[in-house]
Amino acid sequence: MNILLLWFHKLGSPPTFYRLAGLLLPWCYGIGLVLGLVALYGGLVLAPRDYQQGDAYRIIFVHVPTAWMSLFAYAFMAANAFIALVWHIKLSEILAIASAPIGAAFTLIALVTGALWGKPMWGTWWTWDARLTSELVLLFLYLGVIGLNAAIEDRRQAARAAGFLALVGIVNLPIVHFSVNWWNTLHQGSTVRLMGPSKIDAAMVWPLLLMALATHIWFFGSVLMRARIALLQLEGGKDWVRRVALDEGAGND
Amino acid sequence: MTEFIAMGGYAFYVWTSVAVFFGVLAAEALAPLAQRRRVLSEIRGRLQRRAARAQPPRGEAP
Repeated sequence: MNILLLWFHKLGSPPTFYRLAGLLLPWCYGIGLVLGLVALYGGLVLAPRDYQQGDAYRIIFVHVPTAWMSLFAYAFMAANAFIALVWHIKLSEILAIASAPIGAAFTLIALVTGALWGKPMWGTWWTWDARLTSELVLLFLYLGVIGLNAAIEDRRQAARAAGFLALVGIVNLPIVHFSVNWWNTLHQGSTVRLMGPSKIDAAMVWPLLLMALATHIWFFGSVLMRARIALLQLEGGKDWVRRVALDEGAGND
Repeated sequence: MTEFIAMGGYAFYVWTSVAVFFGVLAAEALAPLAQRRRVLSEIRGRLQRRAARAQPPRGEAP
């Protein structure tokens, strides 16, 4: 077995993953928080006022990164669900299910901040615009995955059923992403583009990208946190879990 | 400073957005802590019940 495969297998073993995740996650939360605060400072204080939208545009610094995360978390969840369904890898099942509530949280923030941005700019909290509707469907998909996973007693079977739903729901991702191009409605088009120049000033774009980085790092911290708990639950009878439980019990509560 | 808080008249929308951002993410990050405590105490409970039966658990390696 080559060294990479060996390393991969070791990483996939629950006690090793549990330990490494425990080492990584305070860094993810810490760095995510610091970068997020710097990005907000850049966005709310340093960035200039928008000539059309005034200061209301500053909602972009929480709205757009969380909306990106709602798609990224879904892609991460679906990719893990795919690996779990095809290769029956326990850790992938866990990572897929762990990312669902985090993705749902980001989707909720994107929807609520979108409404808070829509009211002063469009004059309405909500409209059945293609982008808004498909993002709402995304939230329901996340809730469906969480609900289906919770409804089935057997943890492995629950993860497989929920993973299947996550895979089916992936058709919604391109709809969310391209909705502003396919249907000409209220929601504005993409401001920051990977291909070609962004339609935004540099003083505005760095806080936006930094916030995107911060939310990604935070996402991984949260995934590790939730995956660790799921591992404890799934491996409840194993020796290493017993040791973890007894060590923590001797500590505080 | 007052000008900063006023956000050009959009204070309510901007600051509510920021509050929602922090509030939802904080809730999302804190929720697993309680769940973790519950899972670990469940496991400890199971171990204690097994020890209380004062019988060596069956089906384990000698």
